[in-house]
Amino acid sequence: MADNVKPKVRVPKTATAGEAFVIKTLISHPMESGQRKDGDGNLIPRSIINRFTCDFEGENVIDMTMEPAISTNPYVEFEAMVQASGTMTFTWYDDDGSVYTETKDIEVS
Amino acid sequence: MKFTRRNTMLMAFGTAAAAMLPARAMASVEEIIATFTGGAAVGDAGLTLTAPEIAENGNTVPIEVSAPGAVSIMVLATGNPTPGAATFNFGPLAGSQAASTRIRLAKTQDVMAIAKMADGSFVQVTQEVKVTIGGCGG
Repeated sequence: MADNVKPKVRVPKTATAGEAFVIKTLISHPMESGQRKDGDGNLIPRSIINRFTCDFEGENVIDMTMEPAISTNPYVEFEAMVQASGTMTFTWYDDDGSVYTETKDIEVS
Repeated sequence: MKFTRRNTMLMAFGTAAAAMLPARAMASVEEIIATFTGGAAVGDAGLTLTAPEIAENGNTVPIEVSAPGAVSIMVLATGNPTPGAATFNFGPLAGSQAASTRIRLAKTQDVMAIAKMADGSFVQVTQEVKVTIGGCGG
C-alpha cells in the first residue's frame, strides 16, 4: 500500500574482527500513525512498519519493534560486531504484510 | 446554533470523554511497563537516554538509548495517544547495547526508557522533552 518504499543502509565495507562498527538505516515510508484525520474528518487508517531486524549470516544483531510514534521515514542507528566476512540482511515488516529487505556484504580482516 | 437539550447533553459527554483521555493514557503507560517488567522492581542506574531538552518539531525527535549489558530496551512517549514508541532487542552480534532513532511527540512530555538487563533486572530513566510544535497531526 505504501508507495516508493526504498530502504537505504550504510555499512562500512571493511571491519576489524571483534570491533564494533556503526550501521545506519533509513527507509522511506509514510508511517501513518492512525491518529491523523483527512480533510473530511475521517481517521486515516494506521499503516506503519512494525518491525525491523538486522541479521548477519543467520545470527541476530538487533530486532526492533516499531510503534506509531516512530517518525516518517524511520531511521535507526546501531552497532554490530562480527568475527568473519559475510552478508548482513536487513528486513522491514510492513503492517500490510509487505516485507522489504536489503543486503550488504562486509569484509572482515 | 440553538442549544437544545440534546446538544447540551452531547457537549457535556464530549467534554467528559476528553477529560478522561489523559488519565486513560497514563493507565496504559503503567500497563505497558507492567507487561514489560512483569511487575518486577525497577532500578535507575546503568541506562542512558539522550533526547533534546527542547524539540522544535515534534514530528522527528532524535533519541538515543544506551544500556551496557541490556537484552532489550523499551522507549515510551508517555504523553502520546499511544505511549509505546519502540522496543530494541539486542542479538548476540550487537556491537553495543545502544541504538538511536527518531520519534514523534504529540506535546511536551516525559520520554521514558526501560531496559531489561541480562540478569533479569530492570532499570528505567525519564527525561522531559519540551515540544514547540506537536507531531501527531490532528
